[in-house]
Amino acid sequence: MKKYILEMQVNSNCRIHKNYCLLKLATGDVLPEMLPGQFVEVKVEHSPSTFLRRPISINFIDRKTNELWLLIQIVGDGTRQIAECKPGDQINVELPLGNGFSIPENKKDSLLLIGGGVGTAPMLYLGATLRMQGFNPCFLLGARSKEDILQLESFSQYGKVYITTEDGSLGEKGFVTNHSILQNPFDFIYTCGPKPMMMAVAKYAYERNINCEASLENKMACGIGACLCCVEKTTEGNLCVCSEGPVFNINRLRWQN
Amino acid sequence: MNVNIGGLECKNPVMTASGTFGYGIEYADFMDISRLGGIIVKGTTIQPREGNDYPRMAETSSGMLNAVGLQNKGARYFADHIYPTIKDIDTNMIVNVSGSSVETYVECAEVIASLDKIPAIEVNISCPNVKQGGMTFGVTSCGAASVVKAVRKVYPKTMIVKLSPNVTDIAEIAKAVEAEGADSVSLINTLLGMAVNAEKRKPELSTITGGLSGPCVKPIALRMVWQVFHAVKIPIIGLGGICNWKDAVEFILAGATAVQIGTYNFIDPTVGVKVIEGLEDYCNRYGFKSVKDIVGALEV
Repeated sequence: MKKYILEMQVNSNCRIHKNYCLLKLATGDVLPEMLPGQFVEVKVEHSPSTFLRRPISINFIDRKTNELWLLIQIVGDGTRQIAECKPGDQINVELPLGNGFSIPENKKDSLLLIGGGVGTAPMLYLGATLRMQGFNPCFLLGARSKEDILQLESFSQYGKVYITTEDGSLGEKGFVTNHSILQNPFDFIYTCGPKPMMMAVAKYAYERNINCEASLENKMACGIGACLCCVEKTTEGNLCVCSEGPVFNINRLRWQN
Repeated sequence: MNVNIGGLECKNPVMTASGTFGYGIEYADFMDISRLGGIIVKGTTIQPREGNDYPRMAETSSGMLNAVGLQNKGARYFADHIYPTIKDIDTNMIVNVSGSSVETYVECAEVIASLDKIPAIEVNISCPNVKQGGMTFGVTSCGAASVVKAVRKVYPKTMIVKLSPNVTDIAEIAKAVEAEGADSVSLINTLLGMAVNAEKRKPELSTITGGLSGPCVKPIALRMVWQVFHAVKIPIIGLGGICNWKDAVEFILAGATAVQIGTYNFIDPTVGVKVIEGLEDYCNRYGFKSVKDIVGALEV
């Protein structure tokens, strides 16, 4: 899939709550093809402590308005600088990078999309794409507290949403892997979030022999498989998360031990 | 804009540095990579290497540390599987050759020497991220000389030697490799550095220390190019933190015949062509007929 470097205009920047913002970007042209699970690298200007681009997963592509949505969690100076951009500002974005999630062949497959924290971001575009293709996806979103459950209304448009919070302020109390929905049989699980959460989800899937894909977010520099910084140990040796992933079938990962 | 690097004819003096540009093809969507004066592909060893454990990278102010550790599939895999996909790219495709002993440098150079469309190698005696070999050869004159002498016997084409900045006197090392038949030197490789996570009370890299690169190292690199320019006659390829044409001009004025762009490829994958255009414009603006006219032309 051809990659581009685009100067994109910020159409809107909505602070979802103190640590998250939703950017909607456009180019004036039709956006190139992008798959759920792929990511972009955003150039950060005016932040002396930030040198590298920031890898951000594709949250949603709105084909009606030709907007790319990026859900940004403010974790450091780089993401803080991105979060401060205003409508009309230009942002330099490299896209689309990496590989997307697989789409099952059987439309009747029961699909569970599990996101934790800002790892819920790619699940929105994945859920919307699956829904459009005739699937009936369910979402399981996990976070520390109810303020950290993001874009609930958007998710609800594409499937049933289940929630866990660590403090019990919304949905079931505990981690995603404790949720009662997991007593149901699923054919395919997709997951993105903190690594301990994804490893717990993968363990659940391994034990039940459920097809499962995880989207990793190892620290990256180039984003295109040139620098070999973001590697993950796999059955095929060290592979770049940016170019061979970020989505991996869990059977390729060495997470079982 | 053409320059000659120890027998290697380059259409312009702008190359991309090993380890920052993959095999070139990774960048082909973003620009016409054949416009570059040369592409130094990823460090290659005779045996495949898995590299170091993750995490291998830490961002710093104006730069980054890496501890990749020469991950590559080996020289024979390169020859059989990668070379056929890059051999027709219309620029100098140069292989960065590394080893853990004099013998493994030689074996690797021999495999690469057999590839018709690889006109040069860059002998890496300066990788700070491998336990054996690499930088240990590059930090003493006799270690550097021993590798270069042995590789020279089996490698007839242009041999560039990449020098380590982690030394007391880089000019001495440059003289030693020149004496053993190096056609050119490239400098600098990364500076040994370290990053600490205060919250976790842990190092940021699995190897604790790693190689620092990016604009933060540019003043050191410039100083070393200047010192080496006054110590050797062979052409110098300058690198270390180049982000734009102005940086490139600075290196050339300090004595570099050509430059390599490294870490900044990650921030702007098209920086190479921008530097070529900026250099052309600079030469036109000041009436220099050739970029060769400004090599070492620093007025002091």
